[in-house]
Amino acid sequence: MSETVESVSALIIQKLLANPKVPRDIDGNCKIMDDLAFDSLAVMNFVMEVEDSMDVSVPLDKLADIRTINDLAACVVDLKNKG
Amino acid sequence: MTSLFSKFDGTAGALGSLVEAGGRNPFSVVIEKPVSSTVGIIEGRETLLFGTNNYLGLSQSPRAIKAAQDAAATCGVGTTGSRIANGTQSLHRQLERRIADYFGRRDAMVFSTGYQANLGMISTLAGKDDYLILDADSHASIYDGSRLSPAQVIRFRHNDADDLYKRLKRLDGTPGAKLIVVEGIYSMTGNVPPIAEMVAVKRETGAYLLVDEAHSFGVMGERGLGIAEQAGVEADVDFIVGTFSKSLGTVGGYCVSDHPELELVRLNCRPYMFTASLPPEVIAATLAALEDMAEHPELRTQLKDNAARLHAGFHGLGLNASKQVSPVIAVTLEEIGQAIVMWNRLLDLGVYVNLSLPPATPDSRPLLRCSVMATHTAEQIDKAIEIFKQAALDAKALPAAA
Repeated sequence: MSETVESVSALIIQKLLANPKVPRDIDGNCKIMDDLAFDSLAVMNFVMEVEDSMDVSVPLDKLADIRTINDLAACVVDLKNKG
Repeated sequence: MTSLFSKFDGTAGALGSLVEAGGRNPFSVVIEKPVSSTVGIIEGRETLLFGTNNYLGLSQSPRAIKAAQDAAATCGVGTTGSRIANGTQSLHRQLERRIADYFGRRDAMVFSTGYQANLGMISTLAGKDDYLILDADSHASIYDGSRLSPAQVIRFRHNDADDLYKRLKRLDGTPGAKLIVVEGIYSMTGNVPPIAEMVAVKRETGAYLLVDEAHSFGVMGERGLGIAEQAGVEADVDFIVGTFSKSLGTVGGYCVSDHPELELVRLNCRPYMFTASLPPEVIAATLAALEDMAEHPELRTQLKDNAARLHAGFHGLGLNASKQVSPVIAVTLEEIGQAIVMWNRLLDLGVYVNLSLPPATPDSRPLLRCSVMATHTAEQIDKAIEIFKQAALDAKALPAAA
């Protein structure tokens, strides 16, 4: 099983759209905090859901560099490949 | 020129609408004069205090007050130095010995605040290749300690031992020590963790365990040592961190442990090394308050009874109050606007509680955080319940009676 940034990004978008407050027209380039109006806690809680779907742990210090949905997807793929 | 302060625009806007909605700034309430442990003068009126952490009422202990006066008279009012330089007097060592003995531990480190105790222990214990495994609802001092540490930081779902296990198992085969951090009572919600299950996970995965007993010390366990004592798992807890600023009514933090390396932590722990030590009068008052606590276990019984009374009262009104009974009882509301109106009405009517707004709350909902004291009388608690009913009706947080 090998995930790509595209496939993980699609999964993240699918998860985000399950939240009715999230705008319908999001794509991989959307900034999670700026465009989706997530506060720091909401981001951490959302990342936890992604972690469980992908069976990977994203250390909190990595979150500091993540701005967009694609950044998060790339980080998850990178961590999966290392594991 | 870019303003240094533009990053606070969001805060300014939020604060402005808070004050507009309720008439007060909830973060600048002044207790003009404490009348007793349970009553303070706020806005010129006697107000019932249901939003302190003074669980045993010992901030007003006559023995602690006398001890502070005597210590100031004989030792002066400050040390002007850090613990590792000129800031250790015999009183500091005496308090460390006393607190270690009280917990039945090998040694204790005393810090200037509870915040610094978490900041210092967590940042120093977890090094570059190590992992910190934190409960998602951890206190800011734990998160800040993790930011000061070079370790990798992983969150697990609040109070969920299975989730903790899953996240530790993902780290199988990685080098580096793992330190789990949990709290005895979560300060915003009053939630209590399934500590025995977490200890089982710790054992199976070979991790270390640090328990922050800030809100559970003096409250839980036969001798008031906290959740580890109550659950009978003290031997499995590597580090207990706590504070003097809640049940003991003074200020300062500590860590107790059986690990002999605690002596070396002292020389690597920046929040311990680079700050002034506690002044003598605070140490003396803390020692005296500890004697009060040891001699009066009935304070804990009274606290439990009082917590149960307020808890039952809130649930009787139909408020969405904490599930578990502990001295911290949070009333969760659905909307921030409602919480602001209700908090202001409570203060108008003579009850002070804490207004907690997201993201300082665990989910996106606001809380009215109440804390119970051993020294509250049944009449004070019943009056607070009555006032909560009125304020909830005024805020439309309860349906008006038909």
